[in-house]
Amino acid sequence: MTTRVASLGSYNQHGKRGFAIRLRKEAAVERLLLLSALVSTLAIILIILFICSKGVPLIARVGLGGFLFSNTWNPLAGQFGIATMVVGSLAVTFGALAWGVPLGMILAIFLAELAPPRVAAVMNSMIELLAGIPSVVYGFFGLVVIVPFIRVHIGGPGFSILAGAIILGIMILPTIVNIARDAIKAVPREYKEGSLALGATNWQTVTRIILPTARPGIIAAIVLGMGRAVGETMAVVLVTGNVTRMPDSILAPVRTMTSNVVLEMGYASGEHQMALFATGTVLFMFILGLNLAVTASMKARD
Amino acid sequence: MKHLHSIRERIIYAIIWLGALFVALALLAIVGYVAVKGAGSISWAFLTEIPSRMGKEGGISSAIVGTLYLTVVAILISTPLGIGAAVYLTEYQPRRSRFTRMVEISAEVLAGIPSIVFGLFGFVFFVIFLGLGWSVLSGGLTLSLMILPTMIRTTQEAIAAVPAEFRENSLALGATRWQTVSRIVIPSAVPGIITGIILSVGRSVGETAAVLLTAGSALGIPILPTDPARSMAVHLYFLASEGISMERAYGTALLLIIMVFVINYLANLSRRRFSCRLKT
Repeated sequence: MTTRVASLGSYNQHGKRGFAIRLRKEAAVERLLLLSALVSTLAIILIILFICSKGVPLIARVGLGGFLFSNTWNPLAGQFGIATMVVGSLAVTFGALAWGVPLGMILAIFLAELAPPRVAAVMNSMIELLAGIPSVVYGFFGLVVIVPFIRVHIGGPGFSILAGAIILGIMILPTIVNIARDAIKAVPREYKEGSLALGATNWQTVTRIILPTARPGIIAAIVLGMGRAVGETMAVVLVTGNVTRMPDSILAPVRTMTSNVVLEMGYASGEHQMALFATGTVLFMFILGLNLAVTASMKARD
Repeated sequence: MKHLHSIRERIIYAIIWLGALFVALALLAIVGYVAVKGAGSISWAFLTEIPSRMGKEGGISSAIVGTLYLTVVAILISTPLGIGAAVYLTEYQPRRSRFTRMVEISAEVLAGIPSIVFGLFGFVFFVIFLGLGWSVLSGGLTLSLMILPTMIRTTQEAIAAVPAEFRENSLALGATRWQTVSRIVIPSAVPGIITGIILSVGRSVGETAAVLLTAGSALGIPILPTDPARSMAVHLYFLASEGISMERAYGTALLLIIMVFVINYLANLSRRRFSCRLKT
């Protein structure tokens, strides 16, 4: 500590010139820090700019309606319709939400209200581990366990919306649980105590006081989980079969927008490549919309 | 009436406990299955040999090197940027300023962008526009943007936890702002920053789609930052999706899980240390 004080006191030895140099150095450092703070904003602008500049011209040529609502994806013949993939992405996502949200809510209530501290600690670290497992490992597990299980015991080719929904449902759990749990924990104690003091049971307190109060956070949890599911690539591409046909049941194979990009980027060129960027643009805009909606609604509550 | 309630509540609580049990079992099933099937594949040769015949034979050494190389590059780029941004927001900007809000929203949006979109961006910007080609550098730069939000957030939290007296004492001794930040604030925040770095390593190691589109899928060992590389996650994708070698796929998946779990453990360790330090 003494050396530190000595070096800070060195101003006296350098005199006025030293002080001027130091001031200039301070200003330079501040500018450098400002620049690094600007990187994330700059990155978003560049991402939007570069992806749209590759994708929008093709959408403009095909027409937004033609691109989004045509079933025919035949890049070699210049036919770019991603309707089957939009449906694929939505089907897999809502399938995942259908069981991931209730289970996530159950876990959030469990962790925030019911679990003994030790059990909660173990569960929390398990959820952290679930969040840490790479998506390609989830996909691999789905490929070797869930797809054959569906093929043998439920029917169809196994590669299906159902397989994707099962895997994605597990993958979005950490997102949903973490945000919903924090929202439930943030409910003021007095609300809970007041309700219990009035003679309400624990469960009545949870459903009528705590959940309604935590609603904005819970909605944010669901929306962010949805964003996660729509944007997931590697887990889905390994288990949904990737066929560009309109699915007729949850046992039918589908291709999602994300899979489309990862499957064809390796060899696509020219207009075909632009069409993949256009697919990415649609995906990106969708997720940007979801995230901004959450941010805006959070801000409105502040 | 009261009795009825308690029966209903018991059923509901039973369902909730079952839900928790289910998640625990799901995790055990995934990890256990991969561990049992993959344990036999992991050997010294598997770890040290270069894959041959597209990965059908040999080990995965080049993919391990590729993963580590990409991660190191990403961390080296992202750490100074993340610390710089966090320091600027917490030490140089008034609290809750519009600028801070803008950067925080940007970081949130950045964190929500799916990896495949990062992949597309990295491809068109780093690989094509900046001419870096499919390389460790392109992949690392793309990854650094993906982990930047985590870096900023954890560093911000760590810096916010540094007691105000530390700063006041330093300033009162005549230190300038940057002297205070660089010699007092950042050193006190180091444990928190390390937690952020460890979390980011975990994210980088598992990332697949973005790496595939920016670092390529070459099977050789990358030497220069401009060499193309294949990460373990990308290797696993090819092994599994093209059915090249399931045995090696299980081994690679197990190795990935082990790495992520170790990283997770380290992150928890450093986080606990960090909170202990603050208490004293």
